[in-house]
Amino acid sequence: MSSTTRTLVSPAVLARPRGRAVYWSVFTGVVLLFAVAFLFPVYWMVTGAMKSPDEVTQTPPTLVPHHLHISAYTDAWDLMQLPEHLWNTVVQAAGAWFFQIVFCTGAAYALSRLKPAFGKVILGGILATLMVPAQALVVPKYLTVADLPLIHTSLLNDPLGIWLPAVANAFNLYLLKRFFDQLPRDVLEAAEIDGAGKLRILWSVVLPMSRPVLGVVSIFALVAVWQDFLWPLMVFSDTDKQPISVALVQLSQNIQLTVLIAAMVIASIPMVALFLVFQRHIIAGIGAGATKG
Amino acid sequence: MRPVQAPPPAGDRRRRRLADQARAYGFLLGGLICFALFSWWPAIRAVVIAFQKYTPGSSPEWVGTANFTRVWHDPEFSAAWRNTLTFTLLALLVGFAVPFVMALVLNELRHAQAFFRVVVYLPVMIPPVVSALLWKWFYDPGAGLANETLRFLHLPTSNWSNGTDTALISLVIVATWANMGGTVLIYLAALQSIPGELYEAAELDGANLLQRIRHVTVPQTRFVILMLMLLQIIATMQVFTEPFVITGGGPESATVTVLYLIYKYAFLYNDFGGACALSVMLLVLLGVFSAVYLRLTRSAEGDA
Repeated sequence: MSSTTRTLVSPAVLARPRGRAVYWSVFTGVVLLFAVAFLFPVYWMVTGAMKSPDEVTQTPPTLVPHHLHISAYTDAWDLMQLPEHLWNTVVQAAGAWFFQIVFCTGAAYALSRLKPAFGKVILGGILATLMVPAQALVVPKYLTVADLPLIHTSLLNDPLGIWLPAVANAFNLYLLKRFFDQLPRDVLEAAEIDGAGKLRILWSVVLPMSRPVLGVVSIFALVAVWQDFLWPLMVFSDTDKQPISVALVQLSQNIQLTVLIAAMVIASIPMVALFLVFQRHIIAGIGAGATKG
Repeated sequence: MRPVQAPPPAGDRRRRRLADQARAYGFLLGGLICFALFSWWPAIRAVVIAFQKYTPGSSPEWVGTANFTRVWHDPEFSAAWRNTLTFTLLALLVGFAVPFVMALVLNELRHAQAFFRVVVYLPVMIPPVVSALLWKWFYDPGAGLANETLRFLHLPTSNWSNGTDTALISLVIVATWANMGGTVLIYLAALQSIPGELYEAAELDGANLLQRIRHVTVPQTRFVILMLMLLQIIATMQVFTEPFVITGGGPESATVTVLYLIYKYAFLYNDFGGACALSVMLLVLLGVFSAVYLRLTRSAEGDA
């Protein structure tokens, strides 16, 4: 993102007094628009939870809470059993991440470097699932998870019901495979000549070189589980095992408004924090994905 | 370095090849099982169960096309398709034009670029359930932010998600707000890949601002625009969270979507045959869009 690249408006026009005036008014307009459209709703949520139950339903509303009450946040934490649901979400996301990293990396490595028989057919079958949008298949997927073929076990109300289906992620697997395809051949061959086994090569040569793509896949995996709603809604009928997204909706019916809003804020914090920490990587990753196809 | 070995006899070579294959499949196995169980098998089963009377626990019965005709005659069927298509179309109009103009303007700004990018992407990182609940509160006809703002501006208030006519567009606004960030960032990246000389040349030829947008920017980003449109169609055709959380499909089925109806058939009516029949219909339609999308990405990779 260099500021010297020529864009739609020429630098010469921007340098003129009139151009500069237009530029700064557009700039101010965009700042205001972004503040109102994207930051204000978030501000309204965070402060809404700090108002008293009367103040939050008052017309006209107050822009700044009269008194800052944090009782809604503490109530949400205790009454809605947020620690439990947050922990469930963490367990589900971490497990999905772990299984994806282990199984998708293994499969991508095999397809990329080990030339398995029917490898082309398998890769084709995996890529074909990209054409079958996941949500349209939730019902038969649910029936499969409720009664696994051959072993007739149910994964309902079990984190495995999130973890294992998460592995069937063609997009992440393909990202990994493409990255492995581009690794320099001579480095891998040198390791082989030194007598390293395949697992050893994967662990100490391929994975260290693949840190960027592993980072991207990890973020995708964590965010996907944390944000998902329909699938965990189907898998976890047991209230105690529900992740935060499902629990919020289930509890939203009969809870005080300020407490619900506080719970919404708390539920948003982990992903927003993750984003603020890794914003450069995430934003660059989205842009790169777009231009490289 | 090991000494160079003589080529092993044929039997050894075969055994070694078998061992290599066994090892390759060892790495592949976990992923393969998961794909088979949770992607391939459900896709096959959707088609099979669509022609069965299926209740968990009892053995399924073949019923021919009865599920399809029953679903077809459900009064919510046409409503669900109409809502889904209207939603997709509205989301496309709003969700395409707004982010494109936004990216166009952002790309011209020389200051606070990182700030704008973070802010526009912030709603994407808020869990969709939270966005939906947040806007449900904004749309509250009493003290909701939406009507308070209209009152403040002395404009007539609206029923928002509670009115039959306004419910669907209210959900489109939520979905656009929540998802726009990704689209803006992708457009920005595409805009930055346009060579500056093209604008210079156009300017020398006397093209004004709008002409430069029309003859340089749009043709240069046409491919990305098309891709994002298709991806958005595929995503919005599967809309579920917003109607489920905000309106519960109401008022009077005004926001029941196809995926919502699938959910209702399976979990409210316990009619898995009907749910799978609906899934198959959605699958076929979305499959067409996905095929076009993959075709386009493939040919683009071939060009590069």
